[in-house]
Amino acid sequence: MSVTVWIPRDAGALALGAEATARRIEKEALTAGVEVKIRRNGSRGLYWLEPLVEVESTEGRIAYGPVAVKDVPALVAAGMLKGTAHPLRLGDIEKHPWLASQQRLTFERVGRTDPLDLAAYRASGGCKGLARALELSPEAAVNEVLESGLRGRGGAAFPTGIKWQTVLRQPPGQKYITCNADEGDSGTFSDRMLMEGDPFSLIEGMTIAGLAVGADRGYIYLRIEYPHAYAVLGAAIEAARAAGLLGPDVMGSKRAFDIEIRLGAGAYICGEETSMLESLEGRRGEIRVRPPLPAEKGLFGAPTIVNNVITLATVPWIFAQGAKAYQEFGLAKSRGTLPLQLAGNIRRGGLVERAFGLTVRELLEDYGGGSLSGRPIRAVQIGGPLGAYLPASQFDTPLEYESLSAIGALLGHGGVVAFDDTVDMLEMARYAMEFCAHESCGKCTPCRIGAVRGEEALAALGNGGDRDRLIALVEELCDTMLNASLCGLGGMTPFPVQSAMKHFPEDFRRTRGG
Amino acid sequence: MSAVAAPAVDEKRILAIVERHRHRAGPLIEILHEVQANFGCVPPGTVPVLAHALNLSRAEVHGVVTFYHYFRTRPPGRHVLQICRAESCQAAGGRAVEQHAKNRLGVDFGGTTADGRITLEAVYCLGLCACSPAAMLDDEVHGRVTPERLDVLLDARAKAKP
Repeated sequence: MSVTVWIPRDAGALALGAEATARRIEKEALTAGVEVKIRRNGSRGLYWLEPLVEVESTEGRIAYGPVAVKDVPALVAAGMLKGTAHPLRLGDIEKHPWLASQQRLTFERVGRTDPLDLAAYRASGGCKGLARALELSPEAAVNEVLESGLRGRGGAAFPTGIKWQTVLRQPPGQKYITCNADEGDSGTFSDRMLMEGDPFSLIEGMTIAGLAVGADRGYIYLRIEYPHAYAVLGAAIEAARAAGLLGPDVMGSKRAFDIEIRLGAGAYICGEETSMLESLEGRRGEIRVRPPLPAEKGLFGAPTIVNNVITLATVPWIFAQGAKAYQEFGLAKSRGTLPLQLAGNIRRGGLVERAFGLTVRELLEDYGGGSLSGRPIRAVQIGGPLGAYLPASQFDTPLEYESLSAIGALLGHGGVVAFDDTVDMLEMARYAMEFCAHESCGKCTPCRIGAVRGEEALAALGNGGDRDRLIALVEELCDTMLNASLCGLGGMTPFPVQSAMKHFPEDFRRTRGG
Repeated sequence: MSAVAAPAVDEKRILAIVERHRHRAGPLIEILHEVQANFGCVPPGTVPVLAHALNLSRAEVHGVVTFYHYFRTRPPGRHVLQICRAESCQAAGGRAVEQHAKNRLGVDFGGTTADGRITLEAVYCLGLCACSPAAMLDDEVHGRVTPERLDVLLDARAKAKP
């Protein structure tokens, strides 16, 4: 009888050696005379336990981790393929407190199934949302999203239903669904995990969006830095077409929808929605002045929905379980769940999907287990390179849109990066300006010039320059960028800079060698 | 400066690539991706060819090629080492890895070793932030990279594929 062993093909697991572990298990099993069937899943998101190996047994899936190549011979000898005890044995991973305490809706399938197994997708509730959407009128479908309270998970948190409604209300004709998969914020990887771990949910979500607003064509704008996601998505789209989930006759409805993937080319700015549309049209990713909104005049001048991967991949759950069920998660104006991503200098990094409301401290301590270095966590940056730095005194802030906004921070795409007390916040502020200068599309002056000057001033400060003059200059530059930039890149780069100056003034006032 | 010269422009092959993508809306970036996959870069000589074939100005094509960090006008070394410079990796010791790579290879970001073996590049997030610092050597991803682990990787690559 053959033993089924699950090993993730997620890029994060591969980065920690999952491929070599898989090959070694096959080899050791052969030597031991045990027939094994290696199956590949997405990652469960407990990255400090990757490569996480799960063995199917009579007691269910028994996990071991982290399983390095060198551990495999001893593990197999100890009876891992029968699920027997070992110091690396974790038992049923879904009972692990780190996972059991989560509320996985968008990520319900990730890590459980083979991402390209369409039968498993259907068996675990996939396509139910699409089937229901096909029975609803466009207005009713858009209402479902409105009532769910879902807000854009890419960072701007705009109510998804309102975007859809705007597109629906445009005159009939060519409309588009575009998925922003240009996840470039440091500390974020939920889009990547989802595309690699459950691509059909994204395809289903885009299809529902297309049916709801009358668009027959979708584009996924995927960053070039995600080759693994590209491969999985491409295969999933082909499988969906072959099964009639995409194409001229979606699920026998006589209604058409199809998806094309377009690759980015290493430009952070293309995560900004209008810059992404320019890039999709084959041009320089320079941002467009709004209005008109993309919902009115978007891709190739047609009404266009621009939604993030997580937003779209959550849609099937909402349609399958109902808007009300989704609404019941979360608090105030932050409804549903948020897949948080815990990164940086942290012991137990990974994906934490929970209803809104968890505090920064709970995330860092209960889930993260403190810093990886063992030193105190001095700062966290939330929401990527344009997000504010929070000092420890703000760690009791709940991770939801309004609470963070109230302290001048933002949730963004939900990435939380921890820094220990060796961090130099002046250097992080300088880096924020350097990054903005590197990625500026150049269209508006505050961003193009401001970031260059800001970087110079902060570098001069680090080299022992005239402190008061340089700090005043940086403050003035931040003010100009904040108020006069055309988009969020120039307009939000001041957030990390100003928050670093405000909460960690000692790093800016320290005497430094020149 | 790259140690490797740009290849001669093979107009026929470039036009064949254009034809494969002509039916798509706004195909220029897709075409550039395929040109780079075939030639290792987008040789400057391709710009007028593409402009003519797509009825664009040379300035428009040049503008796109130079806007995106991924497109290069000279081929890289035989191997490409990308090291993530973003915040999460910095928080976990990425700067030491960057410095070590520069010292060992004797080049800065964007440079290619004198023997044309390795090009060192900065990358801004590989989405491997839960196992920072991250790097990519050719098409292989690596997490929790340290200067010592980087040496092991580069030594192994030197043995397997010089």
